[in-house]
Amino acid sequence: MADKRSKKQRETLKKVFQRLGKYRIFLVFSILLAAVTVALTLYVPKLTGNAVDYIIAKGLVDFSGVFRIMLQIGACSLATALAQWIMNICNNKMTYQVVQDIRNEAFRKIEILPLKYIDGHPYGEIVSRVVSDVDQFADGLLMGFTQLFTGVATIIGTFGFMLSVNVSITFVVVLITPISFFVAGFIAKRTFAMFRIQSETRGEQTGLIDEMIGNQKVVQAFDRQEEVLERFDEINTRLRDCSLKAIFFSSITNPATRFVNSLVYTGVGIFGALAVVRGALSVGQLSCFLSYANQYTKPFNEISGVVTELQNAIACAQRIFDLIEEEPQIPEPENALCLTDIRGNVDLKEVSFSYAPKQRLIEDLNLDVKPGQRVAIVGPTGCGKTTLINLLMRFYDVCGGKILVDGCDIREATRRSLRAGYGMVLQETWLKTGTIRDNIVMGKPDASEEEMIEAAKASHAHSFIKRLPKGYDTWITEDGGNLSQGQKQLLCIARVMLLRPPMLILDEATSSIDTRTEVKIQEAFSRLMEGRTSFIVAHRLSTIKEADMILVMKDGKIIEQGNHETLLQKGGFYKDLYESQFALS
Amino acid sequence: MKSLLTYLKHYKRETILAPLFKLLEASFELLVPLVMAAVIDTGIANQDKPYIIRMCLVLVTLGIVGLVCSITAQFFAAKAATGFSTELRHALFAHIQSFTFTEMDTIGTSTLITRMTSDVNQVQSGINLVLRLFLRSPFIVFGAMLMAFTVDMQAALVFVVTIPILSVVVFGVMLITMPLYRKVQANLDGVLLVTRENLTGARVIRAFNKEEEEKERFEKANQLLTDAQKFVGRISGLMNPLTYLIVNGAMIVLIYVGALRVDTGVLTQGEVVALLNYMSQILVELVKLANLIITVTKAIACGNRIQKVLEEKPSMKEGDLSWNPGAESGKEIPMIEFEHVSLTYKGAGAESLSDITFQAKRGETIGIIGGTGSGKSSVVNLIPRFYDATKGEVRIAGKNVKEYRRGELRDHIGVVLQKAVLFKGSIADNLRWGKEDACERELEEALMVSQAKEFVDAKEGRMKFQVEQGGRNLSGGQKQRLTIARALVKKPEILILDDSASALDFATDARLRKAIREMEGSPTVFIVSQRASSIQYADQILVLDDGEMAGIGTHAELLENCPTYQEIYYSQFPEKMKEKEAAGNGR
Repeated sequence: MADKRSKKQRETLKKVFQRLGKYRIFLVFSILLAAVTVALTLYVPKLTGNAVDYIIAKGLVDFSGVFRIMLQIGACSLATALAQWIMNICNNKMTYQVVQDIRNEAFRKIEILPLKYIDGHPYGEIVSRVVSDVDQFADGLLMGFTQLFTGVATIIGTFGFMLSVNVSITFVVVLITPISFFVAGFIAKRTFAMFRIQSETRGEQTGLIDEMIGNQKVVQAFDRQEEVLERFDEINTRLRDCSLKAIFFSSITNPATRFVNSLVYTGVGIFGALAVVRGALSVGQLSCFLSYANQYTKPFNEISGVVTELQNAIACAQRIFDLIEEEPQIPEPENALCLTDIRGNVDLKEVSFSYAPKQRLIEDLNLDVKPGQRVAIVGPTGCGKTTLINLLMRFYDVCGGKILVDGCDIREATRRSLRAGYGMVLQETWLKTGTIRDNIVMGKPDASEEEMIEAAKASHAHSFIKRLPKGYDTWITEDGGNLSQGQKQLLCIARVMLLRPPMLILDEATSSIDTRTEVKIQEAFSRLMEGRTSFIVAHRLSTIKEADMILVMKDGKIIEQGNHETLLQKGGFYKDLYESQFALS
Repeated sequence: MKSLLTYLKHYKRETILAPLFKLLEASFELLVPLVMAAVIDTGIANQDKPYIIRMCLVLVTLGIVGLVCSITAQFFAAKAATGFSTELRHALFAHIQSFTFTEMDTIGTSTLITRMTSDVNQVQSGINLVLRLFLRSPFIVFGAMLMAFTVDMQAALVFVVTIPILSVVVFGVMLITMPLYRKVQANLDGVLLVTRENLTGARVIRAFNKEEEEKERFEKANQLLTDAQKFVGRISGLMNPLTYLIVNGAMIVLIYVGALRVDTGVLTQGEVVALLNYMSQILVELVKLANLIITVTKAIACGNRIQKVLEEKPSMKEGDLSWNPGAESGKEIPMIEFEHVSLTYKGAGAESLSDITFQAKRGETIGIIGGTGSGKSSVVNLIPRFYDATKGEVRIAGKNVKEYRRGELRDHIGVVLQKAVLFKGSIADNLRWGKEDACERELEEALMVSQAKEFVDAKEGRMKFQVEQGGRNLSGGQKQRLTIARALVKKPEILILDDSASALDFATDARLRKAIREMEGSPTVFIVSQRASSIQYADQILVLDDGEMAGIGTHAELLENCPTYQEIYYSQFPEKMKEKEAAGNGR
C-alpha cells in the first residue's frame, strides 16, 4: 500500500519534471547560481577568520592586511547578493511558468472533458483543483526550489571544507547525519496521507460552500441557514481535525532533525575535544569545525521543512494531474468529415441511450426529419425531451443505433462542424461575464454593429437593451445576475438569431418570456425557421400547431407521431394534452 | 486583519504557550555555545576527559529538552492555527448566510468562495508560522544586540545602526508587496471566474464552438495572474540579497572598529570574534524572518480581504414580532396588503416597482401577470422580505413585514423561486428543507399535490433517490415539481409560485393548480406566470406593466377594461379572439 503510494508520488514528481523540462535553462542557471552563492557564503567566514588573525592584541594589528580583507569581504558580499537575486528571479520565473502551463493544460482538458464528467462532479471541486490546488502546489514548488538547491549546495560545500580540515571527524559527522534523513523520510511518508485527506476534505467543503452560497436565496427562503451551518460545521470540524494532524505531524520534522543536529554537534564536540587533548587538532580548528558542523546540519532542517511542503505540493499536484489525465471525450476520427452546407436531413436510426447502465431511457428511437421540417417534441415532463437534445448536439453519445445528419453518422463528423450546424436555445439560460455585445456576438465575433443590432431587434431584445444605462456595453455579471430571466432568454435568442444556422434546437426557450413578446419572437422564429430543420421542445401547444411533425414522447419513447390535425383525430395522448390546456382549472 | 484575531480567543492558552515554548527552546539553544566554551576553556585546558564527556552529556540533555519544548510548541501552534481557521470559516460562513439578496447580488458568489477557501488557508499558515517563529527571531536579534553591548559600547553602536536599516529594508519590502499580493489574488479571482463559467456553461460554449476562444480567454486571465505573481516575486526576491549585503557591510565596519579598539588595547581578539559571531547570528535569524514576512504579508493581505467581507453589514434590520396572523380580529384584516409600494434595487437607476397598492384576503388566489421585466417577481419578493420596499408599506395581517422576525416569516411563507434549485442529497432530504421533522405521510402528500408523485415513484429508491448537486440528474420539470413539493411540505399559510410551473406541460400545470386549491388549510396563493391560463381563475389578477399596475380584478373584469390584459390573453388564445369577433359580427 505504502509502496504503491510512493510509486504514485514518484510518478507525480516525474510529471512535474516533464513540465519543468521547457525551462531547464532556468533550472541550470538556478543550480549554478546556488552553487556560487553557497561557495561565497562559506568563504566569507573564512575571510573574517583571517581578518581576526591580523587583529592579535594591543599594538599588534596589521592594518594593511585588515583593509585588504575588508575589500575582499565587500566584493564577495556584492557578488553573493547579485547571484542570489538572479537565482530568485530564475526560480520565480520557472515556478510561475510551470504553474501557468499546468493551469492552461487543466483548462484545456476541461474544454474536452465529456459532459458526463462535468455533470457528475460538483463544480466547486473542479474549480478548487484548478485554483487552490495549483496555488498550493506553486507555493510548495517555489519554496522547494529556493531552499532545496541552496540546502544541497551548502551541504556539499561544507562537506568539502570539513574534509580539508580533518578527515576522521568529518567521518563522524557524515555517519550521524543520515539519521536526519531517516527521521524526515519517516515523517514525510506518514504525513503524505494526512495531507491528502486534508486536501480531500477541503474539496468537500468547497463543494458545500459552492452549493450553498451559490444558492443562498433558496437557503434563505427556507430559513435553513442554521441547518446548513450545522452541515458546514460538521465538515469544518473534520477539516480542523485532519488539518491539525497533518500540520502537527509534518511540523515535528523540524525539531526532530534539529535534535539530530545537536547530536552531530555533540559528536564533533566529544571527538574534537578528545583529539585536541591528544594533540591531533588545534583549538582554532575545533571551533572552525564546530561552526561548519552547524552549517552542515542546518540545511537538513530546511530541506526536511521543504520536504513536508513538497509533500503537500505533490498531493495537490496529484489531484490536478488526476483531472488533466481524465479520459477526454471520444476523440474524432482522423478523417472526420467536416459537415458543410448542411441541408438539414436528420435521421435517427434505432437509437438507444441511458445515463446509467441500469436505467434505460431511450430505446429504439427512429425518426427521419427531412430538410426544413419543423419537429415539435411534446410530452409530459421528464419524458426524455432534454435527453434528445443532448444526443442531437452530441453532448452525449448514443449507446446504440446512430444519428445521421445529411446521411453522415455524426460520430464520423467533427463536433465543431456538427454543432456549428445547430442553433440552440436552452431552457437554462447561460450568459458569460462580459458586455451584452460580447454575448450576442458569441457565435460570430466578427459580426458588424448593424448585424448585431438587427439580430437584437429581431429577437426583441433591442428595446430593453437600449434602456440599460450603457446599452450594448452594459456589463453582465456572473450568470447574468442583473438581468431578469426573460431578458436573459431574449439575449440567448439574439445570440442564435445572429447565426442563422441550418438547424435549430429550441428547448422550452419561450417559457419565461411574456406572451406579448413571445408572439413577436415566434414571428421572428418562423422567419428564422423557414427552410431550416428545427426541433422545438415546447409546452405551448398553440405554438407547435404549425409544426410539420409532432413527436409525442412518453417515458423515452415516441408514442405518437403526426401533425396536429391527424393527432387530434387519432384521439390519443396528444388529444388529452391539447385539451388540458383549455380544461377548466 | 486585526479584528480577525478575535477568532483566536478560544485558543488563548495555545497562542501564548506556543511562542513561549519556542522561546524556551531558543534559550536552550543559546546555552549550547556556552557549554562548548566550557569544554574548550576547562576540559581541554585541563586535559580533563571525564569533564569533556560529562559536558557532552549535558549537551544531549539540552537537545532532548529542546526537542520536547519544540514539539510542544509546534502542537500548540498547529492547534491554535487550525482552531482559528475553523472558527473563522464558521464565522465567515454564518456571516455570508446573513447577507440578504441585495448583498448577494452586489458581491457575487465566486469572490465569496475564494475568501472562504484559499484566503482562509493562507491566513491559517500565516498564524501557524507567526506563532512558531515571529517571537523567536526578534528575540535572537535583540538578544544578540544586548550581548554586544555587554562586550563593548562603541562596537555595539554598529548594531544600533544596522538593525534599523535592516528593519527599513524588511518592512519596506513588506509594505510594497502587500498591495501587490492583493492584485495577485484579484487576478486569481479572474481565473476562477472563467473556470467556473466553463463548467456551468459547458453546453452553450460547446454548442457555439467557443472552446478555442474560451481557452484564449482563460490563457489571458492566467497570463495576467502569472505576470502579477512574477512581479511580486521579483520585488520580494530582493529582500534576501539586500539584507545579506547590509549585514556583511556591518561586519566590515565591525572588523575595522574592532581593529582600532584592539590596537588601543580596549578589546581582546576573542571579544572581536564574539562580536562577529553575534552579527552572523543576526543574519541567520533575519533570513528566517524575511521568509516568514513573505508568508505573513500574504496572510495579512488575505486576512484583509476576509475582513472586508465580515465588515459588509446585512442591509436589513431584524424585527421582533412573532407570526400570529388573524389573532386580532379575524377576517376583516387582509392577509396581505401593499400600500403605495415602490422598490429600487441597489445600484439601479430607476424604480423597478412604483406605487403598487392591493389587498389579498386569507385563502384568496392572486395571479400576477405582465411582460418580461415588468416587476412580477419583485412584487412577490417583497412578501417574505427578500428585499425591503423603498417606499410605502407591505403588511401581513395588518403588521409591516419589517416588524416580523425574518425566520418566522419565512417559516410560514412557502416560496418557489423562478430558478428551480435542488441540493445534493436524497429526494426526502430535499423535501425536508421545508420541514425538518416532516413524516413520511406529509412528504407523500406534498409530492401528490405538486404532481411529482408519478415520476418519483418511477425513480429507483423513490424518496431515497439521490439528487446530484444542482439537481443535474433531473429534468427541468421534475426539478420544478420537487421545489414546489418542498415549499408545500411546510404547509405554508402564504404560498408564492414565482413562474415556477414554466417547465410543466399544461395538463400537469392545471392539475397542480387544482390540487393546491384543494389543499387543507387553504393558503393564500400568489401565482406569477406568463400564461394567462395559469392565472385565469384567480380571485384577483394583478396586471403589471413596466413596474406599474396596469390593472387589477378578475379575469372577466380585466377582459372588459384592461387593454394590457386583453393583449396578453388574446395573444395566447387567438381562438377566443375569433370567437369574440364572431360574436361581435353576429350582433
